[in-house]
Amino acid sequence: MTAAPSFFENPSPPGLTGIKSWLLTHDHKRLGLMYMWAILFWFVLAMFLGLLLRTELMSQGRTIMSAEAYNSMFTLHGVIMVFLFVIPGIPAIFGNFFLPIQLGTDDVFFPRLNLFSWYLFMLGGLFAVVSLFLGEGFPDTGWTFYVPFSVGTESNVSLTVTAAFILGMSSMLTGLNFVTTFHRMRHPDMGLMQIPLFTWSLYATAWVQILATPVISITFVLIMLERFLGIGLFEPDKGGDPLLYQHLFWMYSHPAVYIMILPGMGVISEVIPVFSRKSIFGYKAIVWSSMAIAIAGSLVWAHHMYTSGMSDVSVFVFSLLTFLVAIPSAVKVFSWVSTMYKGAIAMSPPLLLSLCFIYLFSVGGLTGLVLGAAGTNIHVHDTHFVVGHFHFVMFGGTGFAFFAALHFWWPKMFGVMYRFRPAYIGAVLTAVGFVFHYVPMLILGLQGMPRRYYDYLPQYETGNFLAGFGGYLLIAGMVIMFVNLFVSLRNPRMAPADPWGGTTLEWTIPSPPPMENFVETPVIPDFPYDFRKFMAGGKGGGKGR
Amino acid sequence: MSSRRDTLGLRIGMWLFLYSEIILFGGLFVLYAVYYHNFPDFFVAGGRELNRIIGALNTVVLLVSSFTVAASITAIQREKPRQAAGFLLFSLGCGLIFLVNKYFEWGAKIHHDIYPNSPTMQDAEPGLNIFFSLYYVITGLHGLHVIIGMVLLSVSLVLVLRGRVNAGRFTMLENSGLYWHLVDLIWIFVFPMFYLVL
Amino acid sequence: MASHEQRHVASYGQLALILLFLLLLTGATVGISYIHLGFFNVPAALSIATLKATLVLLFFMHLRYEGRIIRYSFLGTALVLAIMIGFTFWDVAFR
Repeated sequence: MTAAPSFFENPSPPGLTGIKSWLLTHDHKRLGLMYMWAILFWFVLAMFLGLLLRTELMSQGRTIMSAEAYNSMFTLHGVIMVFLFVIPGIPAIFGNFFLPIQLGTDDVFFPRLNLFSWYLFMLGGLFAVVSLFLGEGFPDTGWTFYVPFSVGTESNVSLTVTAAFILGMSSMLTGLNFVTTFHRMRHPDMGLMQIPLFTWSLYATAWVQILATPVISITFVLIMLERFLGIGLFEPDKGGDPLLYQHLFWMYSHPAVYIMILPGMGVISEVIPVFSRKSIFGYKAIVWSSMAIAIAGSLVWAHHMYTSGMSDVSVFVFSLLTFLVAIPSAVKVFSWVSTMYKGAIAMSPPLLLSLCFIYLFSVGGLTGLVLGAAGTNIHVHDTHFVVGHFHFVMFGGTGFAFFAALHFWWPKMFGVMYRFRPAYIGAVLTAVGFVFHYVPMLILGLQGMPRRYYDYLPQYETGNFLAGFGGYLLIAGMVIMFVNLFVSLRNPRMAPADPWGGTTLEWTIPSPPPMENFVETPVIPDFPYDFRKFMAGGKGGGKGR
Repeated sequence: MSSRRDTLGLRIGMWLFLYSEIILFGGLFVLYAVYYHNFPDFFVAGGRELNRIIGALNTVVLLVSSFTVAASITAIQREKPRQAAGFLLFSLGCGLIFLVNKYFEWGAKIHHDIYPNSPTMQDAEPGLNIFFSLYYVITGLHGLHVIIGMVLLSVSLVLVLRGRVNAGRFTMLENSGLYWHLVDLIWIFVFPMFYLVL
Repeated sequence: MASHEQRHVASYGQLALILLFLLLLTGATVGISYIHLGFFNVPAALSIATLKATLVLLFFMHLRYEGRIIRYSFLGTALVLAIMIGFTFWDVAFR
């Protein structure tokens, strides 16, 4: 199968040309790429906002910005990173691109709805931009929009929560599309236990997207009603209970953490076996742990509220439940490590990034247990320890999985291979910078430095300076990584269909894939991670080096 | 492997959407449950202010309209589009009656100075204020869904009349019907929550 | 895939019967609200509402004739809703 024109040359629906062939496309691959450009734009923006924040904190007192600007900026950093990068990142880009291919089909079930989700995503982003310049400026509430401050503040909360509402819808509809595709478009020969793990993790994620997102939608609607009409549902004077806002908010936002991390875990489950030349250890255990994380993750929301005045019973119950989530997460980590054991490991940028993921995510998960335990939580609640912890999970976890996915599937998406040396340098620099950046935060938190503060006591200066220094290393690493990828588009070295020796269906079709994905009906392997053909034929290592 | 004719898939998509609607209202039901637990007496007092008869009437109207929507699907399956159109028209009428009732009900309350942040409500007991805020938010959101449902039913009606919805292909009608039943379903719970807490 | 599945056709009579039940239950729930049962008014009203909702789901929404995917996922959604309300009471009821 060679001559089929790739999806770049062959628009869907046919006949569209130029910019229209992108803006009106129904092709899941083109939509995946369109998401990619939008999401990368937001990521770079929020990344530099984060760098400005840490620069401000590098020395005591005012360094480069005012306290008000600082408050708006950390809110903006949080809102963009959460709603416009981490949540949509892997599902919208790689999910859209690879879920139908891994299922052996030609598109998602609702292609037009998929396009509509993309427009919702762009509209939500537009609202976020507009809210920067309209009215009293961007909210200074933090991305959590806690009442009563979010109701009382002059800043432009209404527009920003509208943006988040729209983005939530986009995410929910993507989930809806994935679940339907999973059930109705899967190749008839593909049984449930023959589905690649990335797709499984997206399926688990999609359910969380469908069932959790509406809660945040209604919560944001209530904030707006509160601001415009003063309904008083969260206002103690009028009989309301502000804690209920926090319950509703975390009812979505805690499961959202699993929307963020599950697809990342799926990516790692794809990368590790390919470069170990060994079948994934505990395929079924990983499938079930994905579903278990999705379920258990929905039961633990109130562990964000230990110090907010909940009942002690509630603190106890939610603390107990929180520890349950550690079990399926650990099952995955052990499975990945066991997969590598006695495997024929071939180092490559995606594998290196995946190894960073395993290490950093483990630290993130274990610091999470410190926070999940009610006793220790009281000590470190709302300190930099929390900031360090969730960046280890969200960035060290999802972020590195995102980079790994980029490096893993870049040859497939664009049909070009990047250079390995800069990729390695970038990855190592990012990882080292990461540790320099966030480990000081963990220590600062234990010493008692609160999060979201503009200024601090003299004893925290060393730690903050180090963190800022690490931040610059981190950004330098990412710049190298991204420049290397983009350069590969300009000076292309054509990538073969299967540069890594992967066994899932996307590696059986040309790079970049043809418009209808499979020119011939795909043959579904009995098991998606069977590497015997590579091992027996001595065809081993990647061809890309 | 075209998705166009996979009616089960289209229905699954609709059901998934309905789940998200259920959870959307679910957030409000959480608030209702907690505040009912906090202020049982005021909720009883608030419930007395609402007209049980109008509430019951609206329930009947919605139930009947749900029946006619279900019947219109049967009619389409039996290849009787004119019957189906009649059923749909009747359902739309029911929706309209529901909204008119709601309009008068809200109007009367607002006339008596009962609405969020009104002078009366600001001086009222907190529990009473919460009851009426929830009443307006939940019935308001439900009313919005009635309107959306009516739009969907109208589209289906037009498609039925044009023969685009027929015995071989009626997923649009079926999915609009599902949405309409959901609106009914939610009202089945909203009705006792506000009108019958005595 | 299975594009031409056999669809169940609900008869008018069956649908009308369900409507009759629904109307009777509405009458019952309104009637009970006039009788003072103290605490038991709430569970009574909720049980009747749940019964009505079940009838609408099973017959008007054809849930009875749907396959496993829709049935189980609906039950899952109901469970999520129950957890949302129930788990909040770990806090509210013991505060």
